Amino acid sequence: MKSSVIVFPGSNCDRDIAVALTKMQFKNKMVWHKETRLPKSDLIVVPGGFSYGDYLRSGAIAGKSLIIDEVIKAANNGCLVLGICNGFQILTETGLLKGTLLRNKNLKFINKDVQIKVMNNDTKFTKKYKKNQFLKINIAHNEGNFFTDPLHLEKLKKNNLIAFKYCDAKGDINDEANPNGSLENIAGIFNTKKNILGMMPHPERMVDDLISNTDGINLFSSLIN
Amino acid sequence: MKFSVTVTLKKDVLDPQGKVVQNTLINLGMNLSNIRQGKYFEIEVNEKDQTKAEKNVDEMCKKLLANLIIEDYKVNKL
Repeated sequence: MKSSVIVFPGSNCDRDIAVALTKMQFKNKMVWHKETRLPKSDLIVVPGGFSYGDYLRSGAIAGKSLIIDEVIKAANNGCLVLGICNGFQILTETGLLKGTLLRNKNLKFINKDVQIKVMNNDTKFTKKYKKNQFLKINIAHNEGNFFTDPLHLEKLKKNNLIAFKYCDAKGDINDEANPNGSLENIAGIFNTKKNILGMMPHPERMVDDLISNTDGINLFSSLIN
Repeated sequence: MKFSVTVTLKKDVLDPQGKVVQNTLINLGMNLSNIRQGKYFEIEVNEKDQTKAEKNVDEMCKKLLANLIIEDYKVNKL
């Protein structure tokens, strides 16, 4: 499997995801945002960070960069695309994923390990997880408060396009377990074809017991097979 | 030709920053009932025809300045 990680000025999780992908046997290439051609890729990752210093809106400027036209083309041709944190924000700004990420409800930057529940394991990204399995994954963001219009929310629910929801230690999805005010505790969503996943939590930070846990590994091992 | 653009969150979108500013002003003894925070741009357009210039600014708003899922915008000629 070949992967490409898009790098913007201000990306800061690009090397973490590269380490995770390489560990999982991906042949990975880093792609600078000014490139106009993508290497042949089975998976494109838009990494976390603070592209363009979050100017205007998080992800707004990166969402209009040169390489993005190629990412959109590849995504429309069925290439797998994963946006993590700022990458999720960028994907919503490109229109590849609907909805948007607002300022956290408590106006604070949140950096902590949270519990998320796998809502749909019948996808290329999540098939190695069990349905309703809960994972401990790190979040680190200021704008992670998922918001969308009622019609889109309905579509997400009806078509099983919600990937992850924030939950408590028992797996219950409730307001107390919602760190940032996201609509219905949503932590990650798919597009209609389920070849694009956007998520605020950082699975690439959870691939090694030495520094955290390995709850993120199955996301990458789902993709490799 | 110069224009101003004001971008604000839509009515039904939570504006926590505006709320904090509002509460602080109330704590300062100010008399107010609501604040919505927004963004302000001044744009000089290289176009002499006003209709065309307005169309350009409208396109700028739609393509980049505002996120239409959560924000409204207003254009004014200066």
